[in-house]
Amino acid sequence: MDLHNVSMSDLANAVRSNKVSAAEVTKYFLDRIAALNPVLNAFITVNPHALSEAAEVDAKVARGDDPGPLAGVPVAVKDLLCTDGLRTTAASKMLENFVPPYSATVVRRLQGAGAIIIGKTNLDEFAMGSSNETSAFGPVRNPWNPEYVPGGSSGGSAAALAAGLAPAAIGTDTGGSIRQPASFCGVYGLKPTYGRVSRYGMIAYASSLDQAGPMARSTEDCARLLEVIAGHCRFDSTTAKVDVPKWSSDLNGELKGLKVGLPKECFTSEVEEDVERVTQNAIEALKKRGAEIVEVSIPLSKHAVSVYYLIATSEASSNLARYDGIRYGYRADFRGRTSVDLEEFYSRTRGEGFGHEVKRRIMLGTYALSAGYYDAYYRKASQVRRLLRDQFLKVFEQCDVLLTPVATSPAFKLNSRLMDPIAMVMNDVFTTSANLAGIPAMSCPAGFSRDGLPIGVQLMAKHFDEARLFQVSFALEETLEREERVPHVF
Amino acid sequence: MLDKETAVKVARLARLKLDDSELENYSKVLSAVLEHFNQISEIPTDGVEPLVTPTEMPVSVREDVVEKSVDSSRIVEAAPEMTGRLFKVPPVV
Repeated sequence: MDLHNVSMSDLANAVRSNKVSAAEVTKYFLDRIAALNPVLNAFITVNPHALSEAAEVDAKVARGDDPGPLAGVPVAVKDLLCTDGLRTTAASKMLENFVPPYSATVVRRLQGAGAIIIGKTNLDEFAMGSSNETSAFGPVRNPWNPEYVPGGSSGGSAAALAAGLAPAAIGTDTGGSIRQPASFCGVYGLKPTYGRVSRYGMIAYASSLDQAGPMARSTEDCARLLEVIAGHCRFDSTTAKVDVPKWSSDLNGELKGLKVGLPKECFTSEVEEDVERVTQNAIEALKKRGAEIVEVSIPLSKHAVSVYYLIATSEASSNLARYDGIRYGYRADFRGRTSVDLEEFYSRTRGEGFGHEVKRRIMLGTYALSAGYYDAYYRKASQVRRLLRDQFLKVFEQCDVLLTPVATSPAFKLNSRLMDPIAMVMNDVFTTSANLAGIPAMSCPAGFSRDGLPIGVQLMAKHFDEARLFQVSFALEETLEREERVPHVF
Repeated sequence: MLDKETAVKVARLARLKLDDSELENYSKVLSAVLEHFNQISEIPTDGVEPLVTPTEMPVSVREDVVEKSVDSSRIVEAAPEMTGRLFKVPPVV
């Protein structure tokens, strides 16, 4: 049986009802990874204990114990989340050999639900990038066309899903890092409300923006994954003490009375024709299901990228100060030296351990936070951030959900934008707002470009209203014409 | 805007040893990014409280109780150099 065509939910049900063993499922996906990963480079590390962990799930099923809602489901986890005893690199030379002594809360919850961590997926170094090209472990290739990027930074997770190397994946999103690769690879990806999912054990990039979230091949699978990983965590004081609904059992694509807002700032000439066409199709599909479409305005959203870059790099320069070469991670070679100047010790270690994009962002953040510039940059950006968030809160008085493109274009070719940081930065123009405002946002597959590359649309809702995103995503999934196109690696 | 001299200063603050080509490249790229950022300097923000965490929920606190967590030997194992249960560093001046 072609297990990679079975949905995550169906796989879990099959393992729970003993129709297939977790070990068989895990073996199947390990074999597929072995065959296809050399081309795609979606995984940095495959879990050598995956089969024995699957055997434990099977033992539970055999004993008649509840193996959990994700029983036997292999999950591809972005290599930014710590896994106890399993190398966690952040795709950086700095952490090339780092084996964490503990697991992230997200990982523990997945395992507690019976999931198998099949491996750790590739990403832009420290999640800094939108194309997966800044990884110290080489770029990931897009399964729809290996000459194209999979998007980033969660490019490995998106590519693994699209190529059927795993039925479910976890990404992280600081400025669009789940949604943009989901769009480029034709999968579903959700950035939860800030505080919905624990950041404990997730290697920090920008703490006030970072959220881990589900990536999957259907709305239902996405909802099921979020049900497992969401919720208050005592190791992350910023997680919210709010209920985690059972979204997956309540999916309904009926949209009568629902107001969908189209922010006019997101429908500009910068949006490529293919993206525009796919977005309009999605709008028509929602109308068919009874939704009312309203034009809205979020004037400050056009400044979101600027605000995002100042805040994200400032937080990054502070967060990445921990990499000092002493307790873990890379250390420059000082063997044979009878004495070392402490500043030289840090500077060489960090200069050699970090890649270009990371150093660039640390430089920008350090500058923005340095004496004399703090008010003009970081403080100013944080003030505009409040104004932007307030504009979002206001717009949600006029509509229930917002619909926009995810990015101005479908996936672009490898190496085509790497030398142009401004063009690269503008990839994030529609996605950074949700992180700044802390609202949930989702990318749903909605069609294809003329070149056969997938294109998604973005949905946004007010804080903790992920239910709306799933409702609209489900309606799109039911209504849009299914194009029976699959990546060539299938 | 961010000239090479400033870049040298910032690199020192960030404890990053950079070569000449890196310094040149970063000062160019960062100048472009900062120029882009100048668009927001005109947005009026007098009296606006900076937003540092987007949901502004009450921070949840818990009792500070001593409990067993990761064994210290496992933490030291991750170090580039160790001796027994200690981190080892070169002689520093």
